[in-house]
Amino acid sequence: MSKTLIRGAKVLGGEALDVLVDGETVAAVGAGLDADGARVVEAEGQILLPGLVDLHTHLREPGREDSETVLTGTRAAASGGYTAVHAMANTFPVADTAGVVEQVWRLGRESGYCDVQPVGAVTVGLEGKQLAELGAMHDSAASVRVFSDDGKCVDDAVIMRRALEYVKAFDGVIAQHAQEPRLTEGAQMNEGTVSAELGLGGWPAVAEESIIARDVLLAAHVGSRVHICHLSTAGSVEIVRWAKSKGWNVTAEVTPHHLLLTDELVRSYDPVYKVNPPLRTEADVTALREALADGTIDCVATDHAPHPHEDKDCEWGAAAMGMVGLETALSVVQHTMVETGLLDWAGVADRMSFRPAAIGRLAGHGRPVSAGEPANLVLVDPSYRGAVDSARFASRSRNTPYQGRELPGRVTHTFLRGRATVMDGELV
Amino acid sequence: MPLFPGGNPRTSGHLISAADLTRDDAVRILDTAEEMARLADRPIKKLPALRGRTIVNLFFEDSTRTRISFEAAEKRLSADVINFAAKGSSVSKGESLKDTAQTLEAMGVDAVVIRHGASGAPYRLATSGWIDAAVVNAGDGTHQHPTQALLDAFTMRRRLIGPDAGLGRDLAGRRVTIVGDILHSRVARSNVDLLNTLGAQVTLVAPPTLLPVGVEGWPCEVSYDLDAVLPKSDAVMMLRVQRERMNAAFFPTEREYSRRYGLDTQRMDRMPEHAVVMHPGPMVRGMEITAEVADSGRCTVTEQVANGVSIRMAVLYLLLGGSDHANANNTANAAGTTARTEEK
Repeated sequence: MSKTLIRGAKVLGGEALDVLVDGETVAAVGAGLDADGARVVEAEGQILLPGLVDLHTHLREPGREDSETVLTGTRAAASGGYTAVHAMANTFPVADTAGVVEQVWRLGRESGYCDVQPVGAVTVGLEGKQLAELGAMHDSAASVRVFSDDGKCVDDAVIMRRALEYVKAFDGVIAQHAQEPRLTEGAQMNEGTVSAELGLGGWPAVAEESIIARDVLLAAHVGSRVHICHLSTAGSVEIVRWAKSKGWNVTAEVTPHHLLLTDELVRSYDPVYKVNPPLRTEADVTALREALADGTIDCVATDHAPHPHEDKDCEWGAAAMGMVGLETALSVVQHTMVETGLLDWAGVADRMSFRPAAIGRLAGHGRPVSAGEPANLVLVDPSYRGAVDSARFASRSRNTPYQGRELPGRVTHTFLRGRATVMDGELV
Repeated sequence: MPLFPGGNPRTSGHLISAADLTRDDAVRILDTAEEMARLADRPIKKLPALRGRTIVNLFFEDSTRTRISFEAAEKRLSADVINFAAKGSSVSKGESLKDTAQTLEAMGVDAVVIRHGASGAPYRLATSGWIDAAVVNAGDGTHQHPTQALLDAFTMRRRLIGPDAGLGRDLAGRRVTIVGDILHSRVARSNVDLLNTLGAQVTLVAPPTLLPVGVEGWPCEVSYDLDAVLPKSDAVMMLRVQRERMNAAFFPTEREYSRRYGLDTQRMDRMPEHAVVMHPGPMVRGMEITAEVADSGRCTVTEQVANGVSIRMAVLYLLLGGSDHANANNTANAAGTTARTEEK
């Protein structure tokens, strides 16, 4: 098996050490390790983190291969420093059976760029009416642990209660897309001063917060685990903080774009800023950053949502919702959390690798950088500065809100079980 | 040459939002419209100003009065007019706004007058680099309808100050009350912007359900009590309230809406003697306005329609007449000059 010596990287942003990778595992971590025939990666000044884990990715295959495939999506993930992604269930057909989740899981294995952990739908066809075969998906080769109707809210309280109860049998978790459907009919953007002026249908914060409040209470009542997808408002932060203070089993994620962008950008009517949940206000952004820093929000999840060009090159009302995010997530987190002093690199490792892997019960990922652990690793050059250029994306889609924006940091190397998927900033 | 309109560099050369107009832009349009209105009193109502220019009326939403008003304005300026209704066109076969606009521009269109159900569609057309033609917003979703606000301001200036006395003047100190479905109204948004720019004091009156979240940040007052506001109004603008809103629980019944927010003669009597009643049309008689009020001499509905043609002539003239023409600097007074030339 091949050996690689990563020399002089700051492990989790701390001490500069050498890390020897032998085969699929980390063989040794220490100062002045002997290369001993290993390929050497000079990493002075760079940060070594455990491979990133995304709890929320849309890979679009099967069904919308014009926007992304498992292969292109995992290449994008590797470019962004990810070694595992959770593939959301809103494909065509919906990932609501063992057959579909196994297909996605197998496509991930074949891609070789990143582990793909399928997420199963909570209800048949994401329709919120009848539970999908959650147990069969768990028992399949894909070993599904995370279930979500993402894109749609499980709004029926009884269905949500039953789902939360049912997955206790195999330590599953329901990841809720919190959106009260009646309060968001015709919603196009955050409801507030900007939507009033622009004449776009409002998506009020209360539509998210009321569902989160209900679901943390339900999770507490039945003693199960609930995970809140893409939490986006200051009020949601307060509810999750309160639920955690009670000791309830509630976790939450925030997207990079909600840590940086606000609804002021919608004034351009450029659909690249159209996303669900919508971009909120500056006060929300501040609250989300603080909550991620203090651990109220457990992790960063990209909600990588590729769309073909024609679905964004149109008027706002006709445009699809969503942004790609895998290849910019780490840079946005460096910009919003590290360079603001809110989080150190060990904190980044926690919020982007350890915790999401723990929530997904994902074996072999989100592990410490120490001898004997799987060699899922990423090297970041934090001093890099450059404008985002979507033409260089590995993703099949280009719908990034950061085109031309200068963001810090760059992934130079990604290792998946010891094999380099990215070397010197290029996909291998 | 200074930008026109001058309030927003991103959209100069187009008319997208009433908020993009400076006070001087707006007064200039009203003064030009006054020149155009005089033309309407003469036997030959045509000006050669836009001869050889092509304007397309691109209507993605049903509209009778606005489209006909633009068409009349364009024809009186001697422009070549193409009417395009989305129904029965390739739009209904899935062609995008971008492709439709580019197709029309390839045919040599100088201006696009667009009505669209999606808020922001005209802004997108003007700023996305898809086309070079001037874009005039004829109403987009629940966003803006700037020529409606201009014709309303023009009507108020003529009625409250006078056609000649009003020249060069704004609406400083005038009190305008707008009543009805503010939430879904592009007319209300445009009027609040423009009337504020022109120095008027605006009060919005509606049930709380029909006011947008965030309205407290708008440059106007808000009241739930029509009777209290009427005696302090120089103009009262009634907005159409669609009966379907009742089904979405915006108000309990049609009768309750009428009782609390409709304008009948009793209420009209609370207004000062000089005050006018306005309505952008189409009216729902018996809902927001009674037939007696609609047909009274204080109601300006038909004047607003006539003034709409003058305002749209002024807007198209100022946007198209002044650009890439040899005597580009004469725009401000050119309307008058041309009109006089025609008289000879």
